[in-house]
Amino acid sequence: MNNMGEIVLSVRDFGVEIPTRQGILRPVDGLSLDIARGKILGVVGESGAGKSMTGNAVIGLLDPPAHVAGGEIWLNGKRIDNLNRERMRKIRGKEIGMVFQDPLTSLNPLLPIGDQLVETIMEHLPVDKKQAMEKAVAALDEVGIPAAAQRIGSYPHEFSGGMRQRVVIALALCAEPSLVIADEPTTALDVSVQAQIISLLKRMCKERGTAIMLITHDMGVIAETADEVAVMYAGRMVELGPVRDVLTSPTHPYTQGLMASTPLAAKGNKRLNQIEGAMPRLDNLPQGCAFHPRCSIAKDKCKINPAPGMDLNEGRAACWFADGTKQ
Amino acid sequence: MRGFSFTNTISRAWKSDFMWSFRRTPVAIVSFFVAMILILGAVFAPLFAPYNPFDPATLNLMNGFSQPMVPNQFTGDSFWLGADDQGRDVFSTILYGLRISLFVGFAAVAFAMVLGVTLGLVAGYVGGWIGALIMRIADVQLTFPGILVAMLVFGIAKGFTPIEQRDEMAIWVLVIAIGLSEWVQFARVVRGATMVEKNKEYVQAAHLNGRRPISIMVRHILPNVLGPVLVIATISLALAIIAEATLSFLGVGAPPTQPSLGTLIRIGQGFMFSGEWWILLFPAVTLLTLALSVNLLGDWLRDVLNPKLR
Amino acid sequence: MLAFTIRRAFQSLIVLLVVGLVAFSMFNFVGDPVDNMLGQERTGADIERLRTQLGLDQPFPVQYYRFLEGAVQGNFGISYRQGRPVSDVISERIAATLELAMVSAILAIVFGVALGVFTAIRRNGWAANIIMSLSLIGVSLPTFLIGILLIYLFAVELGWLPSFGRGETVDLGWWRTGLLTESGRKAIILPAITLGLYQMTLIMRLVRSEMLEVLRQDYIRFARARGLKDRSVYFRHALKNTLVPVITVTGMQLGSIIAFAIITETVFQWPGVGLLFINAIRFVDIPVMAAYLMLISVMFVSINLVVDLLYFAIDPRLRADRSGSGK
Repeated sequence: MNNMGEIVLSVRDFGVEIPTRQGILRPVDGLSLDIARGKILGVVGESGAGKSMTGNAVIGLLDPPAHVAGGEIWLNGKRIDNLNRERMRKIRGKEIGMVFQDPLTSLNPLLPIGDQLVETIMEHLPVDKKQAMEKAVAALDEVGIPAAAQRIGSYPHEFSGGMRQRVVIALALCAEPSLVIADEPTTALDVSVQAQIISLLKRMCKERGTAIMLITHDMGVIAETADEVAVMYAGRMVELGPVRDVLTSPTHPYTQGLMASTPLAAKGNKRLNQIEGAMPRLDNLPQGCAFHPRCSIAKDKCKINPAPGMDLNEGRAACWFADGTKQ
Repeated sequence: MRGFSFTNTISRAWKSDFMWSFRRTPVAIVSFFVAMILILGAVFAPLFAPYNPFDPATLNLMNGFSQPMVPNQFTGDSFWLGADDQGRDVFSTILYGLRISLFVGFAAVAFAMVLGVTLGLVAGYVGGWIGALIMRIADVQLTFPGILVAMLVFGIAKGFTPIEQRDEMAIWVLVIAIGLSEWVQFARVVRGATMVEKNKEYVQAAHLNGRRPISIMVRHILPNVLGPVLVIATISLALAIIAEATLSFLGVGAPPTQPSLGTLIRIGQGFMFSGEWWILLFPAVTLLTLALSVNLLGDWLRDVLNPKLR
Repeated sequence: MLAFTIRRAFQSLIVLLVVGLVAFSMFNFVGDPVDNMLGQERTGADIERLRTQLGLDQPFPVQYYRFLEGAVQGNFGISYRQGRPVSDVISERIAATLELAMVSAILAIVFGVALGVFTAIRRNGWAANIIMSLSLIGVSLPTFLIGILLIYLFAVELGWLPSFGRGETVDLGWWRTGLLTESGRKAIILPAITLGLYQMTLIMRLVRSEMLEVLRQDYIRFARARGLKDRSVYFRHALKNTLVPVITVTGMQLGSIIAFAIITETVFQWPGVGLLFINAIRFVDIPVMAAYLMLISVMFVSINLVVDLLYFAIDPRLRADRSGSGK
């Protein structure tokens, strides 16, 4: 394996299947990735590319009939993809925290935020109610809720959107998990608030050594936050590498197109490019490489053979021509 | 010309989705045919019924309590579904009772529909204090269960009727009482639809062309609310049939001289303890079948015509 | 909140005044009360004296005011049929109706909520499917047929339970209860089930659909992602949110239970006010009808007020006067 520090999450050749009347869909297929302690892995892609499905699969919250189909997930050296319901539940919140997109709907509107924190803390840590309360105040304080001790009895609707997302992060982190999955944590927020939430996530990651899987479609957020980035297309990972490398010199034609269409990376260009066409639906994947109908360098080979699998140690992109040899 | 296009629309709908859904829904087909058999049986009761239970000349008290399919020990007469205490053929009384039940049901719904649609159109189109008043009355009435409203109206109307005419008038009083307890749903839906249609351009155009409000309402708005009204009417029919049966069962509905299914069940309940089960069972099963089939038909109609209506 | 309560109380008062007007009109315009009360032998002087005594010579608003004044004091005149004060007749029967309504309401709420939650959690299980199909038939069954069916099964065939009446009662001074004797408790079972069954199916179906809706919400997902136990997710988080809409309908159903008691009381010859009301209608006993109408309106209106106040207890978003920062 990699020698980039202590690996927290390790996913190997992982897939998710959804049986439907038209056949079996594979929203995630052949996925492999690692996240080390204190690192942030950004997962990008269009909606429907399988990003959120990956996050849900790791935390064991796939909605039936979607289910894990092959592959392995390791968390801190323990295999977790084959655990039973009860053992997986004990891992959720305790070892893996999750932050959802919309802070307005993530919190139970009828319970004070303190109650929601205390129930989570008491579920996972051996503390009594009083200690849990103290921990709850500390957790709120840590994510930057002013006057945390006074706000502990407040209801979610008494907070602004940004403050609510801070509460959500406090909830995800209150049992000190080693991995946090943040699924579009800033998408529903005002731009000014987004930066605050991003820096909060980064700070928590650094201070506690938490590994973070940051799922987003926003390249700007990735550039600012992530150490590594994984690009997903139609359920498969097409490129993986250090964020600087991927942003400045993308190898996979899809990533190249993506970069060219992002204002941030396309500074030099006069105008933004766009990738022709749209990502195929899962029930209508083309044969061969899923990207070939939109790819500018596709050859006959791409129409017949699926793109090569990615070797985490060597290649960065799942493309026949990723090494620049445009044969 | 309008008439032509209107029938055209209906026939197109009939050929397409509506009939397709009907053919694909066994519950709807069975319900429809069961309901049709019961309705036809009631309409042509004098043809089908072996006896006329209200003709004293054909009644023989000796036939009282005859068991189903067993020849009477005194007279030798045999009754399919048995005979009641007065020797009336249960099958015949059910057919005639069905007649009363269905008549009250249909008439009450028709009354509720006319009243509700009219008031709904007025409330939606005219608005103002008249509309507000209508809807306030509807709201207050909705607070009370329909059956209670019907009972109250029945009681008050009975008070207005001279004592010697109370039995004769009972059926009409029932129609008014049940109709008054069910107009609100019609009014609410029609008012809602009217307020939507009112602001559409074709209605505005008709208004600018100098048409009178009544003509606009009848020719432009009414056809647009027919679907939901039909659905409510079917569901209301089931409710009205049950309401009539309940009132008659409680002894505040159809009189013993003109027994509906509810009255028959009321009579039959008295013989439950003494073992003459057929006097109670057959009317009860008939009522159940009728209510259930109309209900299921209403459910299906609601799904087909207006998925949003609850 | 106070303003809201006062406004609702005011609206309730108007409803009561309108119902009072209907009741008063019944008194005055349905038949001639003087005729009704004097019977055959009467003289012109008698009629004049009674008219003055009843206040019928006064102008309409004065009469209405007098009626309301009497109504507030519980004075509804003399029953035409029984020749006794209506208030006496009602007060000796109200306990029977309230007891029956209470037991049915508890049955309906407890079983309705429990079955609703069960069928929502196990929404594809065979038990849930059977319960749902049965409830569909239950909604189409007229109440009085259910009563007859129960009498036939448990009283006629099995002989376990009595088919009519209240059994032995104990007089507590201000309340005559049947719940303290063996025969009284046996006697209430069948009527209570008959009366509560329809409301139970309604509550069950409503709880089920609301619960299914709530279980799709983000905060339920988030609660799961925090590793909370199923029990906590279903009952602490989901059920409480389900209750807000359920309470409205249940409140209205409680009112209906008192009204539908008329039917059940007739089937089981239960000596309550419903049976009184039905007999009043059959014999056009206007004072009893008017009194019953007022009585039931007061109950309905008070139940609605209580329901409104319950909202505040359950949903913190409605307690506007406590808002902290937030939007």
